[in-house]
Amino acid sequence: MGEKNLKQFDPAATLASIENNFEMFQILNEEGKVVNEEAIPNLSDEELIELMSRMVYTRILDQRSISLNRQGRLGFYAPTAGQEASQLASHFALEKNDWILPGYRDVPQIVYHGLPLWKAFLFSRGHFVGNQVPEGVNVLPPQIIIGAQFVQAAGVALGIKKRGTADVAITYTGDGGSSQGDFYEGINFAGAFKAPAIFIVQNNQFAISTPREVQTAAKTIAQKGIAAGIPSVLVDGMDPLAVYVATKDARDRAVRGEGPSLIETMCYRYGPHTMSGDDPTRYRTSDIDNEWAAKDPIVRFRIYLEGKGLWNEQKETEVIERAKEEIKAAIKKADETPKQKVTDLISNMYEEKPFNLQEQYEVFEAKESK
Amino acid sequence: MAQMTMIQAITDALRCELRDDENVLVFGEDVGVNGGVFRATEGLQKEFGVDRVFDTPLAESGIGGLAVGLSLTGYRSVPEIQFFGFVYEVMDSISGQLARYRYRTGNTFNMPVTIRSPFGGGVHTPEMHSDSLEGLMAQQPGLKVVIPSTPYDAKGLLISSIRDNDPVIFLEHLKLYRSVKEEVPEESYTIPLGKADVKREGKDLSIFAYGLMVHESLKAAQELEKEGYSVEVVDLRTVQPLDIETIIASVEKTNRAIVVQEAQKQAGIAANVVAEITERAILSLEAPVLRVAAPDTIYPFPQAENIWLPNYKDILETAKKVLTF
Ligand SMILES: Cc1ncc(C[n+]2csc(CCOP(=O)(O)OP(=O)(O)O)c2C)c(N)n1
Ligand SMILES: [Mg+2]
Repeated sequence: MGEKNLKQFDPAATLASIENNFEMFQILNEEGKVVNEEAIPNLSDEELIELMSRMVYTRILDQRSISLNRQGRLGFYAPTAGQEASQLASHFALEKNDWILPGYRDVPQIVYHGLPLWKAFLFSRGHFVGNQVPEGVNVLPPQIIIGAQFVQAAGVALGIKKRGTADVAITYTGDGGSSQGDFYEGINFAGAFKAPAIFIVQNNQFAISTPREVQTAAKTIAQKGIAAGIPSVLVDGMDPLAVYVATKDARDRAVRGEGPSLIETMCYRYGPHTMSGDDPTRYRTSDIDNEWAAKDPIVRFRIYLEGKGLWNEQKETEVIERAKEEIKAAIKKADETPKQKVTDLISNMYEEKPFNLQEQYEVFEAKESK
Repeated sequence: MAQMTMIQAITDALRCELRDDENVLVFGEDVGVNGGVFRATEGLQKEFGVDRVFDTPLAESGIGGLAVGLSLTGYRSVPEIQFFGFVYEVMDSISGQLARYRYRTGNTFNMPVTIRSPFGGGVHTPEMHSDSLEGLMAQQPGLKVVIPSTPYDAKGLLISSIRDNDPVIFLEHLKLYRSVKEEVPEESYTIPLGKADVKREGKDLSIFAYGLMVHESLKAAQELEKEGYSVEVVDLRTVQPLDIETIIASVEKTNRAIVVQEAQKQAGIAANVVAEITERAILSLEAPVLRVAAPDTIYPFPQAENIWLPNYKDILETAKKVLTF
């Protein structure tokens, strides 16, 4: 083959050219300095303060959840610290009627979308009332089966499109989740149906113990959207402004009828995978922990807002105190919820009980009334 | 001999087979550096290298497909599915592919694969982590389904499963991982698949059980002894294929039987055992064969699981019905 032919046939170069297009989108750098002036979103001062408040609040919620878990008062919990920008700034770009299909770590977004905090605690405790989302709140219970929410998001988005409303479906998974077949099917279906979906992969570098490099040979997860023919972006997931802009852009395009998008947010979870026995020191060094701690989303946003005169210690203390009080009240409300019974579960199985469940209902009713 | 928990016995079995057969491979989510989320593969990557013990990307269907492909190239795979509730993600690889290869290739290809996976309730996991799905597996011709109840059995059965030339689903009860300790030989040994074990001899009633329910049944048997009943407890150990010989011999001796499973009652292993008994030994029976099982709901949210799960009191109640029939 001559040189010319070789040029026409160079799959490795095609791959490299695609991969090299995925540079990380950033607005605020680690020091809280603006590095991308043109991209600064059009958020009012109040909105900026609100976004910061939510991030600070969520950090406290995480700390309290961890200690409640350690006291045996919470149950299942997947820590969120380090992912506040990725979670809350993406959510900040949504509108009230948008649908959220969360993973198990995405409790903060659904709380800000309208799931009462006490219900979120009941979800943690393994009580079905925690999964009874109030009417009009378009939120699903956190998905446990990794990837399942991605295919369902394509379905919700197609439903939205058919109904002709100006809403979107947003769904979240992790770097590990991006390896599931459901991930590819979800983004591909949404693309094929041009459905208004936003797919977010929160790349926190690990899937339990498994590092991101083990998941895929691809240089970025964002580039996987290219194969599905959907716009895709890699963003600094520790930068709330960049995450907000990327999600807002995806939403605007979705609502205009231009179909779905994929967003990879580069972030980190500071804590263990969940509170059920994971020990991060088995698979992460303190060097990498420190490297990411230096990129903290709250630290950099604080510097930025203080520079604009929008934030100070007093404001932060107010948010922290409010968070603590609301968490206390929510736990109290969760405590007051009647214990879940097997008869409740039996009643939640079918619209009408078949004979076996009817019989079993009676057996458990007798047991439970003892 | 050393005192081992079930999880240690399982690691030990894997170590024996990795050492004795260079074609054995162990893989799955977090089984490498982390040693598995329950530490079943603790230290194995270090000892045998990443070529033999390795993490996969997060995709159960991929793990199943890998096992099929590696079988075709002469390897003996021991993949881990992190929790058996995630089996739905790999159902086609298991039921659609692994179980059928020997059959559809006219006995030319076989699948020496042992899928290990934790299952079972009582430890307050999130949804989809505790379901007992052995009935689903047992319904698929082409598979063997093994469920140990003790550390000693776990090691011998796992070694046999790995050496078996057909696919085996090897289910490890979460609650038994660390709750029972017993003497387990350090050397390699096997326990044949398809063989039940009489865990306690008795004359008045046979209790057939497997997994955690063996222990609940033993507890019930002890209680019944105080009331003067001699109760036999048979640990099925392999739920597909069943050890018909041992089951029928026991029923012919005691003339009364109950079958206990942690799984929901509908369409399960227990129903199958009852059917075999009535088909083969109806004339030996002095009472109907009853079942103890969980109610037919989805596995409960953790807050309700302790009342939902069958326990020795439920077994006692049913046993008495049969004993006094
Ligand atoms: C289908 C399925 N397989 C495996 C698991 C067990 N599991 C829970 S979380 C997790 C890792 C997920 O990693 P990632 O997608 O990166 O999300 P992160 O936890 O880091 O947010 C695994 C393997 C599961 N819940 N569902
Ligand atoms: Mg991750």
